[in-house]
Amino acid sequence: MSLKSKLHELKLKYQGKKMAPAFNAFHTFLFSPDETTHAGGTHVKAADDLKRTMNTVIMALIPVLLFSMFNAGYQHYSAINGFPADFSVMNDFLTWDNFWIGIIKVLPLVVVSYGVGLLVEFIFAVIKGHEVEEGYLVTGMLVPLIVPVDTPLWMLAVAVVFGVVIGKEVFGGTGMNILNPALTIRAFLFFAYPTWMSGDKVWVYGARERSEEILAGANVDAISGETILGYLAQNKGAEMTYSVSDMFFGFIPGSVGETSAFLILLGGLFLIYTKIASWRIMVSAVIGSLVMGLIFNQIVDFGWVSESSKFYGLMSFDFWKHLIVGGLAFGIVYMATDPVTGSQTNKGKWFYGFFIGFISVMIRVFNPAYPEGVFLAILLMNVFAPTIDHYVIRGNIKNRMKRLKNATIYPKDSDGKAEELKAETV
Amino acid sequence: MALLSKKDTNLITDPLADNNPITIQVLGICSALAITAELKASLVMAVSVMFVLGAGNVVISLMRNIIPSKIRIIVQLIVVATLVIIVDQVLKAYQYELSKTLAVFVGLIITNCIIMGRFEAFALANGPWRSFLDGIGNSLGYGIILVIVGFFRELLGSGTLFGYPVLGDPITKTGLYATGYENNGFMIIPPAALIVVGIIIWVQRSRNPALVEEN
Repeated sequence: MSLKSKLHELKLKYQGKKMAPAFNAFHTFLFSPDETTHAGGTHVKAADDLKRTMNTVIMALIPVLLFSMFNAGYQHYSAINGFPADFSVMNDFLTWDNFWIGIIKVLPLVVVSYGVGLLVEFIFAVIKGHEVEEGYLVTGMLVPLIVPVDTPLWMLAVAVVFGVVIGKEVFGGTGMNILNPALTIRAFLFFAYPTWMSGDKVWVYGARERSEEILAGANVDAISGETILGYLAQNKGAEMTYSVSDMFFGFIPGSVGETSAFLILLGGLFLIYTKIASWRIMVSAVIGSLVMGLIFNQIVDFGWVSESSKFYGLMSFDFWKHLIVGGLAFGIVYMATDPVTGSQTNKGKWFYGFFIGFISVMIRVFNPAYPEGVFLAILLMNVFAPTIDHYVIRGNIKNRMKRLKNATIYPKDSDGKAEELKAETV
Repeated sequence: MALLSKKDTNLITDPLADNNPITIQVLGICSALAITAELKASLVMAVSVMFVLGAGNVVISLMRNIIPSKIRIIVQLIVVATLVIIVDQVLKAYQYELSKTLAVFVGLIITNCIIMGRFEAFALANGPWRSFLDGIGNSLGYGIILVIVGFFRELLGSGTLFGYPVLGDPITKTGLYATGYENNGFMIIPPAALIVVGIIIWVQRSRNPALVEEN
């Protein structure tokens, strides 16, 4: 007897029991259900159900996760020993030492995120008696990638409970939420524990411990784990040693998975190719951020902002570089394209994406205390997405009404029937 | 003979749960959001509102037959304003630090929807004793939510209750803080109150499904 038929037998046994949703959740993960549609009536069949869709996004995230595990170690050792003089990917980056840091620092974040989040989902499914929803599969992978590497695990657990319950379950579960749950979790962490979410000590593993040791009187060098945006926000762009290719390929400090614009780009292309994510949102968000960046660059060119201004560092940052530092690329590809919380109409997607890019860069520049506005911009546009859709649909109705009013209806006379009828009635 | 008849008892007990001004009627939210970061402020606010609403209901009830209905809102406002100024002055005289925390929100009791709501809905149509009970009942219902919200926000946000550090010292890392626990800064900011009130509403309605609105 195969595993498949055994599982189906078990399913029949558990049918109607309290734990049925929990069992079915694992079951459908492995196999599609054996029920077939009834004869008669019309049924749409598609192989890419919600679980398969979610899995595609996770596949797009796996390279980012692996890279981030290496990067956690690379940043840690570079901060202690200094950056390697002639950097080679094989010798300095893809090493077992680096990966080990990833395993002890990044993997626990993933485990806690999935463990706690799925536990909440299972509890809700059992209490409410519905099937376990797949929505958390992607959220659970996104969450560890958008937090700093030193985030304490209990904080992450608290935030995940908050995000899943308040961000999703109270609205009715997967597909009903207004805000992106992963970003709700990020926002909760940011407002609840700001010292762990910003500053120059949280982005590199070890920086916080070192600073505590120094406070306690140990004679060691402090580790600076300042992000690029952090440098710029303090007008210290000149002290930065990262090259453009560092920024693009992601050998920079930052939230766990946000650094490598290159792998995010590949993931984005994969999602567009598989038609999981909307290319309209991605393209318009990129345009939006470039436009805002250009506006700021122009303001600097006109000399309206002096070099001593606290906005100068970020305003003078080349407009296209905004896309390869910080979380903008990650947010655009994996967060803004969330089909539940984004705009649904094609025209609406253009507005929605554009403003995400536009507002992200705006917040970056005008909020130097915390120079990363992507998550706030996406949450804001999540709230506005239904309104955008409403006006797009209204506009469409208006256009069609106008067309109907002005339309002239010609009789169909191709087969002469109209003429015949006319002749008969006269 | 009990002190209060059953009907009169209901005036006090109904607003505590099934007809709570905050969780059921969703009135008085603004002050519930603004001043519940500390338990002490919540308690003082609750007592102030109890005084204003209890006394105001009696005054309006006594005048209910002589107030011309066209200007009744203005008359009500004058009554509330007078009472609120009394509260404000007493606070400034005896609890100066606290009155600075409460700041403008004591003055804003005037615009607290619960007060005008009870004047309009109850005091204008009932005798002074029943109006008094209604005022006390509603302000108790308001106060109990304020205290619950204040309890959770102060405990989780600052680790204190009534200013007394119950969870240990966050700076020298004693008590719970020694394990790595940290205060939740989110609970200090007003949106947290919205979420705590929302959770209370959720719990209350899932315990008593009759309260769930049809829509």
